[in-house]
Amino acid sequence: MTPDKSMNVLIVDDYKTMLRIIRNLLKQIEYNNVDEATDGAEALARLRSGNYGLVISDWNMQPMTGLQLLQEVRADARLKSVPFIMITAESKAENVVAAKQAGVSNYIVKPFNAETLRDKIERVMSHA
Amino acid sequence: MHDDLGIDAEALATRLAKIGARHPGSDPAMVAEVVRAVLATMHGDLSARETGLLGEVEELGRMIAAARAEIAALQVDDISASHIPSATDELDAIVAHTAAATDSILEVCETLDRVASTQQGEAAAMLSEATTRIYEACSFQDITGQRITKVVATLKTIDAKIAQIVGTFAGRAAPPAAPPPAPAGEALLHGPQLPANAMHQSDIDALLASFD
Repeated sequence: MTPDKSMNVLIVDDYKTMLRIIRNLLKQIEYNNVDEATDGAEALARLRSGNYGLVISDWNMQPMTGLQLLQEVRADARLKSVPFIMITAESKAENVVAAKQAGVSNYIVKPFNAETLRDKIERVMSHA
Repeated sequence: MHDDLGIDAEALATRLAKIGARHPGSDPAMVAEVVRAVLATMHGDLSARETGLLGEVEELGRMIAAARAEIAALQVDDISASHIPSATDELDAIVAHTAAATDSILEVCETLDRVASTQQGEAAAMLSEATTRIYEACSFQDITGQRITKVVATLKTIDAKIAQIVGTFAGRAAPPAAPPPAPAGEALLHGPQLPANAMHQSDIDALLASFD
């Protein structure tokens, strides 16, 4: 099943260049409704006040890490079922296990390509 | 247990440990000097074996003094005052310059995307594919920045260890205590792994699938 490409996507990264890259890659695979947050607190505020179909977040952020953001999202009654993809350079098994245990929907390791991004979004949205 | 000189080694070690705990900043050279002075007063009462032992203690004292002189000659203060800050500044400049270059590349790519949207058919598809590949390649900047951050952290650790060694030998104040452990969530931050050690996307997919 093809995901609804008009859904709102929130991308979270404290590195603005990476936000720009992900936004452009999403645009290439036809997801045009993209908002950005540069830290976990801003992301939570946007999620609580908006209507997002997908969160794509980095892990390595300050002061709230992507893992902590994921935990906050999963603990929030209204947000707990929002699909959450982690895109990160953290590629140790313990990271993947911790993210899975916290409720991550999928996990993309950097560097990644547009095809991987498209594939993971489709997989996640087919289970949403 | 007493050795053949009649010294209770265990009791002596315990005693020295207590003295060391009471005077954590005690200078090893000063201790050696005191031992030398005390033993010198005992020369007349010493056997040949004890005199040999005294010679070894004196040699040890000279080695400690030589080590101190060599460390002083190394001008290790320059490492903290100049070399480490200079190296971290250079690394910061690398990150800043590559970030600026990446932003320029992205800006040009976004212009090409706008041009692509005015084209039809194969030309549009080729332009779009080319810009996608450039966007993918530009993520190197994020990985590079994280790797350099790890190198800077390593340099700072080396700096702290050198300060600790110099402080111990030169009798200076102890360096600042190590930072507290990272909060939960940060403890798992390792940054990018070297290619040989990194899990690939297919490994991660398999690991995630094992939870289903």
